[in-house]
Amino acid sequence: MGRILLVARLALRDLRRRPVEAALLLLAVLAATTTLTLGLVLRDSAAEPYQNTRALTAGPDVVMSARTAGQLAAYGNAAGVTARSGPFPVAATKLATAGQTVDVQVIGRDTAGSPVDRPQRVTGGWVRDGGVVVEAAFATAYGLSAGDRVTLGGREFEVAGVAVTAASAPFPATTCLGEIACLHGTAPAGADLPPGMLHNPGLVWLTRADTEKLGVVSYVLNLRLTDPGLAPAFIGSPDQPRVALWTEIRADATEVAGDSQILLMIGAWLLGLLAVASLSVLVGGRMAEQTRRVGLLKAVGGTPGVIACVLLAEYLLVALVAAVAGLTIGAFTAPLLAGPGAGLLGSAGTPALSLSVIGTVTGVALTVAVLATAVPAWRAARSSTVAALADAARPPRRSGWLIALSARLPVPLLLSLRVAARRPRRALLAVAGIAVTVGGIYVALILDGFLSRPLAAGYTVAQIGALRRVLLLWTVILLVLAGVNAIVITLATVLDNRHTSALARALGATPRDVTAALSGAQILPALLGAVLGIFPGGYLLFEAIMGITGGDGDRAAPPGAGQLIAVVLVTALIVAALTAIPAYFGARRPVTESLRAEAA
Amino acid sequence: MSTMTGTSLVRASGLRKEYGRGAGLLRAVDGVDVDVARGETVAVMGPSGCGKSTLLHLLGGLDRPSGGEVWLDGARIDGLGEKALAQLRRSAIGFVFQAFHLMEELTAVENVELSALLAGRSPRESRRRAGELLDRVGLGDRAGALPSELSGGQRQRVAVARALVNEPAVVLADEPTGNLDSAATLDVLRLFDDLHAAGQTLIIVTHDARIAATADRLLTMRDGVIVDETRLTGGSTGRLGALAGLED
Repeated sequence: MGRILLVARLALRDLRRRPVEAALLLLAVLAATTTLTLGLVLRDSAAEPYQNTRALTAGPDVVMSARTAGQLAAYGNAAGVTARSGPFPVAATKLATAGQTVDVQVIGRDTAGSPVDRPQRVTGGWVRDGGVVVEAAFATAYGLSAGDRVTLGGREFEVAGVAVTAASAPFPATTCLGEIACLHGTAPAGADLPPGMLHNPGLVWLTRADTEKLGVVSYVLNLRLTDPGLAPAFIGSPDQPRVALWTEIRADATEVAGDSQILLMIGAWLLGLLAVASLSVLVGGRMAEQTRRVGLLKAVGGTPGVIACVLLAEYLLVALVAAVAGLTIGAFTAPLLAGPGAGLLGSAGTPALSLSVIGTVTGVALTVAVLATAVPAWRAARSSTVAALADAARPPRRSGWLIALSARLPVPLLLSLRVAARRPRRALLAVAGIAVTVGGIYVALILDGFLSRPLAAGYTVAQIGALRRVLLLWTVILLVLAGVNAIVITLATVLDNRHTSALARALGATPRDVTAALSGAQILPALLGAVLGIFPGGYLLFEAIMGITGGDGDRAAPPGAGQLIAVVLVTALIVAALTAIPAYFGARRPVTESLRAEAA
Repeated sequence: MSTMTGTSLVRASGLRKEYGRGAGLLRAVDGVDVDVARGETVAVMGPSGCGKSTLLHLLGGLDRPSGGEVWLDGARIDGLGEKALAQLRRSAIGFVFQAFHLMEELTAVENVELSALLAGRSPRESRRRAGELLDRVGLGDRAGALPSELSGGQRQRVAVARALVNEPAVVLADEPTGNLDSAATLDVLRLFDDLHAAGQTLIIVTHDARIAATADRLLTMRDGVIVDETRLTGGSTGRLGALAGLED
């Protein structure tokens, strides 16, 4: 117990002693945990509104549709069917409202309720003669509400109500019925749609009588089964009725939330990698500073195990705080990114934080901390007590070819290359960090270009807005963390090069030379990282996303050469700007003080 | 830049360096006047903390004085900006430090040529000059060795070669033998004697009376002030080691 208290006390004291570094650590892990939480919560909450809707509207397990009611008759009494509604007549026509005309599928319903598929009214009432009920997502997209007047097949109707159903995916993914052919998304440029094909159709309900007046083209039958798992058994040969399983409708209904979740999960992995890079540099830098502390702990009897625990404890503490904060922020932000949408019932403000989400996020945060700290902590714990007490610095690496090459370059470049070469692992982390960021930006540019086309992937403007928000969040967090990374690496480089910088100045390098060297040592890896981030980084990442989502990568155009060159140059400029300030102050530390400190 | 006349290479007048303020004010250097002629070797002695290293840093433009003037080769340098001071250190001043301050990842010849590269010499010229100087300090065969592979005396000789690579007007040495054993001290001492004989101006801060005895002039400091100045005769005898008591 006493040992645990000692470890906790030492960890807390050290964190309080270095609040800025602790804050940077927290920020790095927080970015990863928040994005991961968003991804996981969105995954869980994506299906939840559909389940709510299904429960509240007595949603069917199977929706069958065919040209004639007779084709469906036998299925109503099939084995495993416990309840049914229909067959209902279906018409395909155009709805005109306020200067807009749009394709719709019309289902003719009884005025009385049905045992299966009872659309839940959001506003207004149910179907009546001359009164149309509009599917909620479709109503939202076209600004329709109870009391409005619309024209269907040339006849005027009053909007009697707005309702949600689990028997069809919400607009624009409306489930197509019977003989009706539908095109979701953008029509090919210059191509005329075949006669009778509906383009992004909406769903409305009328009375059977009103529907029949529009011309019935199909019939639809809704079935409840003893076991929803039996639904796939209803899928038959192509000449049998068209079948939509509840699982397929759910997948269509939650597509946007699912896509957002995939984007966020990939973002979370990228941010996790960046967090490991940030932490590795921070921890490496701090371990170098803590050498003497380690020596003191050893001198008073600390075993390597206790010392490793002390060093690990503070990072685990930070990771734990970051996990709690990330879970909280993620849970409250998720509804803003992808609420249930107008077409489904569910609470947008209370996404559930399941135990598995909490466990995963906490586990990832702790793993990030352990991955970044375990090796340096163990190395420090096993170092010689005398060497640690003497605060002997880790000797820099020698790269003979780079030293020979740099001798032929102007002074700032000569110093930059040598500074970068002194710590190749740190330079590699910088390259990896920038490559991850630029890879993410490359994909974000492709997706943004894709979403810029109207109804690009069958999304409504609101849904595109939701995906854009996810992309924006992803990009902003990536950039913030990459910025933190660049500053952290520069700070570590400045600290590590105190003596070298002072010596270079004693030998005649100007403060500007040294500033350029310290900053240049970050810009050179940044340039390399930016190029690698585009190819192969971004290219592979995009292919991975397409592989995971089953998307068609050919529909998205890669960024143009100009855009890519701009990304590389802007990356270098941002890194230069971010690193200039710590480099400037690092280059102006009093020479004699730095040299004296080294000699002491 | 102001100019001065006469034969002085390095001159300081009323030189002050203060740290802190109020009750905590510390005068590390307190109104020091120094005049070093071209080709002269001056030793500065005194107890630890008396301000002798600070004085050396002020004379070399590594530190800025709180008051007074510093002149180098006829030009006033205490008011120069950082860039001008850096250029001055490249061309006119060579430093030798007690802790050697070599770059651990550079070989002996790369350490020596670094100053030349910083001064804008070509890589070929820098390497040639560094090689010559390593020969001169007796380390021609150790040019490719890393500092960690050299003894203390060898490291200090590399540092001396580095200080000389740009043919500076003055070499400022801060406790150059402070970290060395007797044999290595003798090596470095001989090197300084050679430099002295070649007309190199040297200012050496030291704790060691035997080193001081080899100079033309000895300045003794206490509490930031020069309290004694002695003209010596041992600096150019050629029997440096014997004089310093390091050999029989």
